[in-house]
Amino acid sequence: MIQLNANHFIYLLQAAQWTLLLSLIAFVGGSVAGLVLALLRVSKIGVLRILASGYIQLIQGTPLLIILFLSYFGLGIMGFKLVPIVAAGLSLTLYAAAFLGEIWRGCIEAVPRTQWEASDCLGLNRFQQYAYVILPQSVRLAIPPTVGFMVQIVKNTSLASVIGFVELARAGQIVNNSTFEPFTIFTVVAAIYFAMCYPLSLAARALERKAHAGR
Amino acid sequence: MPAAEATREGPGEAIVRIRDVVKEFGPLRVLDGVSFDIARGQVAAIVGRSGSGKSTLLRCIAGLETTQAGAITVCGHAVGRPGSAARAQLRRDVGMVFQSYNLFPHLTVERNITLALTLVKKQSREEAHTKAAEVLAMVGLTDKRTAYPEQLSGGQQQRVAIARSLALSPQVMLFDEVTSALDPELTSEVLAVMEELARRGMTMITVTHEMGFARRVADLVVFMHKGKVWESGPTAELFAKPKTAEFSQFVASEL
Repeated sequence: MIQLNANHFIYLLQAAQWTLLLSLIAFVGGSVAGLVLALLRVSKIGVLRILASGYIQLIQGTPLLIILFLSYFGLGIMGFKLVPIVAAGLSLTLYAAAFLGEIWRGCIEAVPRTQWEASDCLGLNRFQQYAYVILPQSVRLAIPPTVGFMVQIVKNTSLASVIGFVELARAGQIVNNSTFEPFTIFTVVAAIYFAMCYPLSLAARALERKAHAGR
Repeated sequence: MPAAEATREGPGEAIVRIRDVVKEFGPLRVLDGVSFDIARGQVAAIVGRSGSGKSTLLRCIAGLETTQAGAITVCGHAVGRPGSAARAQLRRDVGMVFQSYNLFPHLTVERNITLALTLVKKQSREEAHTKAAEVLAMVGLTDKRTAYPEQLSGGQQQRVAIARSLALSPQVMLFDEVTSALDPELTSEVLAVMEELARRGMTMITVTHEMGFARRVADLVVFMHKGKVWESGPTAELFAKPKTAEFSQFVASEL
């Protein structure tokens, strides 16, 4: 057995960077795809609504772990051998898109119908209605649930360890295998996760205050 | 303005023409063959009990509801389907003011007014700014330019809503029970703005419960009952000699 030393903690912090990167990929990819899904869900075209809704139901009804297995091992068998970071990034993007799409659909629909009518009567077209009237109001409503979900994403990146991606949780296991000090190591791992998630909550609170000040 | 007065005296052209309009919500027939004309420069008051179809009629003229039968033309153009060229024309011709104001809560008073000027009329920021100042002066809210809607009273919000619609220089303005959410004092400040508009020759169709306003300002009263135009005609005539029992009852109950 090796004595727990500073190098181990540096190793954990380095692994935490991968957790951050994976979270970032999931946020950005999930946000872009999620916005598209949300707009499809409130589209006037029935087929688009059904397709988006089907996707969301499918992903929300599937464990993230299975999505990870499918994109790493499943696609691998089919000849698309993805490196773990790509497979994990893809899985988390697909997963985040479904949830963010559904959260944001709710926020778009929560803007009163009268705002559509008023902007329609002023002659704004549908794109202008979204861009200048509806979405700016939806964003305010969306901040708290979106940040709540982002915190979930940061924690859910730990599942990527099952496809061999060495992020913070996996790094903790590796260090523990050689030092066997689980209580210390996993406490440190938990503290690093907390240090990543807590600022998100603080930022959300600041953003909410800012959004309300502008009213 | 004498010129505007002159057009209001004469019959003028029919700027809004409503013919046999039928509107159904499922099995419920809300408008049952409604017809009437409004001439340019006229002020029409649509009155009637709740559920008589008067607000629905106004929403049909504004193109917010689709009709099952009949025709509505404004300035010679059919109301048309959403997204059509006819609808775009309608938006240039008709302004709508709502009972619940429907200002954009995330924008300042000025931006509420300039939004459509810059996006739809493609005016420059300076032009739009000048126009906003002009209509805000007209409704007496020059000092509220940078305020947000929720910082204003209901009456002020409604005056901003009128200014927002007026800024687009519509041919016809529709008012849907615009004072129903206001207390008497705020009601009178909004009605004063509407009277000023009428004096300037704006063609107006107002759905209202303010009988005093209807008597004072309207050239034409349309009494709706059970989805039909039960009785209509020049204001003084109609109030002096109601032809139907329903209208005389309604007038009596509103006094």
